[in-house]
Amino acid sequence: MNVLDAETRENIDTIAGRYPTRRAAVLPVLHAVNDRLGYVPTEAVVELAELLELAPADVQDTLSFYGFFKQDKPQGEYRVWVCRSLSCAARGGEELLEYLCEKLKIRPGETTPDGRVTLEFAECLGACEAAPAVLVNDTLYGNMTREKIDELIRRVRAGTHHDATE
Amino acid sequence: MTYDPVLLANIDKKDSHTLPVYQSGGGYRGLRRALEDMSPADVVELVKQSGLRGRGGAGFPTGAKWSFLPKNHPGPVYFCVNADESEPGTFVNRVQMELDPHQVLEGTIISCYATGASTAYIYLRHEYPLARRRMQAAVGECYAAGLLGENILGGGFSLDVHIHVGAGAYVCGEETGLIESIEGRRAWPRIKPPYPAVEGLFRKPTVVNNVETLACVKQIVDRGADWFRSMGTPPDPNDPRDPGSFGPKLFGLSGHVNRPGCYEAPLGITVRRLIDEYGGGVWKGRRAKAAIVGGLSTGLVTEAEFDTPLDFSAPIRAGCLGLGTGGVIVLDETYSMIDFLHNSCRFFAHESCGQCTPCREGTQWALEMLERIRAGRGRLRDLDLLREIGETIGIMPGTTICGLADGAAWPIKTALGKFREEFEGYVKEPTTV
Ligand SMILES: Cc1cc2nc3c(=O)[nH]c(=O)nc-3n(C[C@H](O)[C@H](O)[C@H](O)COP(=O)(O)O)c2cc1C
Ligand code: SF4
Ligand code: FES
Repeated sequence: MNVLDAETRENIDTIAGRYPTRRAAVLPVLHAVNDRLGYVPTEAVVELAELLELAPADVQDTLSFYGFFKQDKPQGEYRVWVCRSLSCAARGGEELLEYLCEKLKIRPGETTPDGRVTLEFAECLGACEAAPAVLVNDTLYGNMTREKIDELIRRVRAGTHHDATE
Repeated sequence: MTYDPVLLANIDKKDSHTLPVYQSGGGYRGLRRALEDMSPADVVELVKQSGLRGRGGAGFPTGAKWSFLPKNHPGPVYFCVNADESEPGTFVNRVQMELDPHQVLEGTIISCYATGASTAYIYLRHEYPLARRRMQAAVGECYAAGLLGENILGGGFSLDVHIHVGAGAYVCGEETGLIESIEGRRAWPRIKPPYPAVEGLFRKPTVVNNVETLACVKQIVDRGADWFRSMGTPPDPNDPRDPGSFGPKLFGLSGHVNRPGCYEAPLGITVRRLIDEYGGGVWKGRRAKAAIVGGLSTGLVTEAEFDTPLDFSAPIRAGCLGLGTGGVIVLDETYSMIDFLHNSCRFFAHESCGQCTPCREGTQWALEMLERIRAGRGRLRDLDLLREIGETIGIMPGTTICGLADGAAWPIKTALGKFREEFEGYVKEPTTV
C-alpha cells in the first residue's frame, strides 16, 4: 500500500525538474505531501526518499529541521497560528494566544478532539502593521481581537470558514 | 512629507498586482531598454554608480557584490531572491510582493541579466500565502508575455524563475542557510569563505539579494544613478569606509503608534519624524520609551535618541547593530523592558539553528535568566552574566558561523546598556507582571 497517491507521485517529477539535483525537491515535495495528507508520516518519508533517489534518513533529516512538518498524526483541518513576537506582543498577541488556549482547551501544538483546529504559536508572521496577527491555514488576519477570534472559531466549527484563494 | 513614493507608487492602483496595470505605468520598459541598449557590464556599472546597498539587513553594496562573481565562468550562475523576511518588525517585502509583484520581478530579471544568471529561485516564507499566489501569478504572466523563458523580448537573454517555499525557520533568511534550504537540506548556515559569489547554490557562483534591493535596481535602471544619489546621506568624511546611504527606503512601522504601516522615505529620515509624520505619533496620547530601529536584531534607541537618522551609519553611532531591515517597532512609556528582553531572548532561543555552541547555549541561558528575572527570582549578577553573553556571542566577536547570534546579542546589549536602572529596580523589587 502506498501512502502517496498517483497524483503526488507524478507531481514529484515536475517539481524535481526545477532543480539540477533531485535532493533540492525535498522541501517542495514535503509541502505537497503535507498539503495532501495534513502531515508527513514515516511511510511517506520512505516512499519519497525512494522516488527522489535518497536515503530515508536524508529526507528525515531535512524534515525534522523544519518545525512546520508533523509526523505522528494529521493536523487539524484548520491550523491557527497566533503571533507572539514583539510587535504583536506589544498589542496583545500573547493574551490572545492564552485566550485561545482557554477557549479551545488545548495548548499550542495540540489539536481539538473534533480534529477541527490545531493551535500554534508563531514567531513574527510579517504582518506587524496589523498586530496582533493570526494566520489560519492560508489566510492572514490582522488587528485581531477576542471578538474577531470568537467569530472565526464559530465559523471554523460550523464548517463555514473558507480559505482565501486569492 | 513632501516626498513622492517611488517604490510604492503603484500600490494604490486597482489590480496593481497584474501585468496590464503594471505595464500601463511604464512597467518592463526599463527591462526592454536594459536588454536593448545596455551590456550586462553596463548594468553592473550603473548599479555601482548609484551607491545602492542591500536592503536585506547587512547593507552590502550591491554592485560590488555582483562583481565578485568569477569572470568568464562557464556557468550556470544562480540567483536567489531573498523573500524569507522573518525578522520581527519586518513586513515591507510582503507588501511589495502582494501589491506590486511585477516590480520585484522586473528588478530580478534585470539583475539576472547583469549577473549572467540563468535560473532564479525566489525563496518565500510559507507564512506569506497571498504574496506566494501573487508572485506565482506574476511569474505565469511573464512567461506568457515573453518576459521570462527563452529569448526574453527577443533580446537573446533567457531566464527561468521558480518559487521555493520555506517551512518556518528564521535562519533560512541567512543567505547560506537559504542556499542549504533550497538544496533540500536543513538550513544550517555555511562557514564563509567561500562566499556564495564564488561557490553558492549547487556549488555554483550565486547572488543572493533582498526583494527591496531588486525593486531599487529596477528604479535605478528607469531613473538613473544620479536620481538615486540625489537622496540619502552622503559618506561620512571622517570614515573612509562609509560608502554613504543613498536612495529611497521602505520602513515598516509597528508597535505603539497611531498608524502602523509600510512607508517610503529617503534614507536618513529620523526615527522621530517617521513616528510623528508617518505614524501619526505614539498611540493613546502616551510618550514613547524606546524603539527598535530596524528589526529586532538591531536593538533599541531610547526616546532621547529618536533624532537618529535612519541610514546605514547613524544607528551604529547610537549603539545599535545598524539599519537592519528598516522595521521600526515603537514601545510606549508603559511597556516593560523586562518583557521586551524576554520576548527577544525567547525569539532567538527558538530560532537558533544549534550549530554553534555559543549561540545555541547562549540564547538558551539568556532566555532562562530572563524567565527567572521576570518571575521575580532574578539576581543582580544575572544582569552581568547577560551582558557577558551579549558581548561574546556572534560573528563580530568571532564565536559563531552566522549573524543570528549577533542579532540575539544587540537587544541584550542595548536594553541593559540603556535601561540598566529599570532592570536593577525590577530585580530588587519585582512588580507584578
Ligand atoms: C539570521 C539572519 C536572517 C536573515 N534574514 C534575511 C531575510 O529574511 N531577508 C533578507 O533579505 N536578508 C536576510 N538576511 C541577510 C542575508 O544573509 C543577506 O545579507 C541578504 O539577503 C543579502 O541581500 P541584500 O544584499 O540585497 O541585502 C538574514 C541574515 C541573518 C544573519
Ligand atoms: S550563529 Fe546560531 S543560527 Fe547561526 S549558524 Fe551558529 S547556531 Fe546557527
Ligand atoms: S510581530 Fe507579529 S506579525 Fe510581526
